[in-house]
Amino acid sequence: MTQLKINGKTRDVEVPEEMPLLWVLRDELGMTGTKFGCGMALCGACTVHLDGAPIRSCVTPASAASGREISTIEGMASDRVGQVVQQAWVEHNVAQCGYCQAGQIMTAVGLLKKTPAPTEEQIDGAMGGNICRCGTYPRIRAAIKQAAGRLAQGGE
Amino acid sequence: MSTTLQLSRRRFLQGSLGALTLAVTSGGLVTIARAADADAKKYGADSMPGGTVDDPLVFVSIAEDGTVTIVAHRAEMGTGVRTSLPMVVADEMEADWDRVRVVQAEANEARYGNQNVDGSRSMRHFLMPMRRVGAAARQMLEAAAAVRWSVPVSEVRAVRHEVIHQSSGRRLGYGELAADAARQPVPGTEQLKLKTRDDYRYIGKDQVRLVDLEAIGKGQATYGMDMRLPGMVYAVVARPPVVGGKPRRFDSEKALAVPGVVKVVEIPAFQGAPAFQPLGGVAVVARNTWAAIKGREALEIEWDDGPNGGYHSADFRETLAQASRATGKTIRDNGDAVSVWNDAAETERFAADYYIPHLAHASMEPPVATVLIKEGRAEVWTSVQNPAAAQQAVAARLKLKPEDVKVNVLLLGGGFGRKSKPDYVDEAAIVARAMPEGTPVKLVWTREDDIHHDYLHTVSAERLEAVIDQAGKVQSWLHRSAAPTIASLFAEGAKGQQLFESAMSAINMPYRIPNVRVETAEVAAHARIGWFRSVANIPHAFAAQCFIAELAHRAGKDHRQFALDLIGPPRRIDPGDMADTWNYTESPERYPYDTGRLRGVIEAACQGAKWGRELPKGHGLGLAFCYSFMSYTATVVEVAVDEKGAVRVLAVDMAMDCGPQINPERIRAQMEGGAVMGLSLALTSEITFEKGRVKQSNFHDYQVLRHNASPRVIRTHLLNDDHDLPPGGVGEPPVPPVAPALCNAIFAATGKRVRSLPVGTVT
Repeated sequence: MTQLKINGKTRDVEVPEEMPLLWVLRDELGMTGTKFGCGMALCGACTVHLDGAPIRSCVTPASAASGREISTIEGMASDRVGQVVQQAWVEHNVAQCGYCQAGQIMTAVGLLKKTPAPTEEQIDGAMGGNICRCGTYPRIRAAIKQAAGRLAQGGE
Repeated sequence: MSTTLQLSRRRFLQGSLGALTLAVTSGGLVTIARAADADAKKYGADSMPGGTVDDPLVFVSIAEDGTVTIVAHRAEMGTGVRTSLPMVVADEMEADWDRVRVVQAEANEARYGNQNVDGSRSMRHFLMPMRRVGAAARQMLEAAAAVRWSVPVSEVRAVRHEVIHQSSGRRLGYGELAADAARQPVPGTEQLKLKTRDDYRYIGKDQVRLVDLEAIGKGQATYGMDMRLPGMVYAVVARPPVVGGKPRRFDSEKALAVPGVVKVVEIPAFQGAPAFQPLGGVAVVARNTWAAIKGREALEIEWDDGPNGGYHSADFRETLAQASRATGKTIRDNGDAVSVWNDAAETERFAADYYIPHLAHASMEPPVATVLIKEGRAEVWTSVQNPAAAQQAVAARLKLKPEDVKVNVLLLGGGFGRKSKPDYVDEAAIVARAMPEGTPVKLVWTREDDIHHDYLHTVSAERLEAVIDQAGKVQSWLHRSAAPTIASLFAEGAKGQQLFESAMSAINMPYRIPNVRVETAEVAAHARIGWFRSVANIPHAFAAQCFIAELAHRAGKDHRQFALDLIGPPRRIDPGDMADTWNYTESPERYPYDTGRLRGVIEAACQGAKWGRELPKGHGLGLAFCYSFMSYTATVVEVAVDEKGAVRVLAVDMAMDCGPQINPERIRAQMEGGAVMGLSLALTSEITFEKGRVKQSNFHDYQVLRHNASPRVIRTHLLNDDHDLPPGGVGEPPVPPVAPALCNAIFAATGKRVRSLPVGTVT
């Protein structure tokens, strides 16, 4: 039995220790907002937060996440930074197919929590691990800047 | 007896056995047909299976509370069509978008019309049918209100979700009128009163966001990958590493010992041409995706590679290069390009060779399908561009009637042409058939599966030869293309590009050159060749657009002015005057090649980029342009190249003229995305083969553009929002000019010519 704390709720799952958190979330718990893109920590579609920092759930064993705070895209609506970032994503009409955007948002939220006013280079550095094949990068950049501005004003 | 079976963006007729010939009809469509089956010439939507349907009773329903439900009959893969087509209906019917609900149609082309989201056709073919749907619904609501009030219908008007009687001020909401309106006769086309442009509420106004936008950001949107059903099992497949291979023997004992694995199922290899059949192999079924992947790793399989086991892309590159230097099959011939070349002085001859490798689509959501078989019926949940093809594949596999196969279309996590081939849906049906009846099977492709087993963009060697005189006038032009054809997917051994491929930016060139010859070389395919966003325009436009820049340089002229001079004054060219050409299935009368519009986008992109301005050392501007899918695009790329040859793209200006702009904000999104995808294939992406095997496996070695390499500035310039023109395509046209514009910019920055993709580092 592995005990996981996800978005503030405790969940018990019966899975092999080495099973990646991604598949526990998606197949065992039905939390499909976190996406499968590559399985090798190369694309960022599976990004979740572990104790507030973005990690790739596709290569993180469930056992390594046990006893720590896991946040997923489903938890962002009740996260102050998450809400602001989600709103900026809507206002900039970022998504095309949208498949990678949950991971993009999770990485962006992690960036803004650590670096509230990121430079262009810091955005590149943080977001470089998240691929968007539709090519929404310019809008993601604009949305991050807008969210940073809103958060700096203490705004919603 | 033969049955008509739509297999792709083109029309293919499939006979039963024997006597199949690869034929080119008078209109230039590639058909695999008995000669006698050739049918009458049809254009546009009429040439597609299902054609169009404009019955409001099919697409619109209104609830008593006033909620208007509009059917999106085409799949959403990121272009916005699931929003934009219902938006057109809502506008014409004066529905309030805030009270509109969009539902996705299942596969049913008899009911909805063509559903194959491919070829940049959705708005091109369905703008007018959807306008008629909306107008008819509006008029039925008005007629119902007029009856209710016993007034002439001329005295009432639908405005924003209600019908108003002008003189008395009486109003009835759409919900109150719904039942009566549904009993009104559907007005005929000739009775419809379509809105004028001034009356549009949503079309062209950027007032409507994607219907799934908020759900996407919250992780609540459902893609094919997200399907879940009670009792569902998960499958992954070990496929032959070489196309046409099969397992010589396999041992599933260790796989079955992996916890969670429940079954191993053999998938039969394809017969004949690959088409949309599975590649074959061995499926592992498990209680979750992870267990299935672990089980597959434990399979012991000895493969028989078959005839493609000797495919080396490095060797094949040489084969293509040789073929591109030998005389090929002539497919356009004006004047006498060969004699002019032969008679020209050496100083007036100029030739260049270009190379564009195989490309994988690599949509962020790998292929995936869920199939449930129960009581003589099958139900499918999947992300496909062509639901009808998936339905036909599953029906044929399970020996069911198509109407007994229900295909539910979920969101696609990208498509780019890959997901119009439903081989993965067929695989899921095969596995579901092997499981106890009523067991839902979700068949998942991993990223490695996707890179290894894609329907790849072709690989191409392009040879250009021109005679350019002392005055800088181009006297002759020869474009010879050597590339495996998409037709090889459907006809075993098909060689050489077909007319529909050559028409894309090789035949269809409007330059005022007295002697023009276009040839194609007959080379075989050793991989599954499919269509990739903008298809053969990628290699043809790359070569031709780089070559024009090279000619301009040779003539000592500014590239922009040289190109405009070559195109000449604005005129409309019948594509049939260039050759017996394909014109993207559209009527040449309705869609002539308008060089004025081409000039317009070139001028706009150059203006946006401030063409001709002074640049720092190591910086350069490059231009390229293209006509594809009935739209005109031009791109100017600004690059900086450092001493080590590292290329950084600073800015992209992209101009497009697609005629009427229905959802401009989404058009701009496609232009931005097309710029990024074009830069991906230009800078980093390449699929190579050794011993018939794809060498790349995931995003570390099949590289696509990331945030840090993406230009920070992409300026889009939309031109000529003329609603009297028929609509052009939007999804594909932004891609082709990007790679040549980049390479032309690199030349401007460094004086070094890159003629082979991907660019990598400039040396």
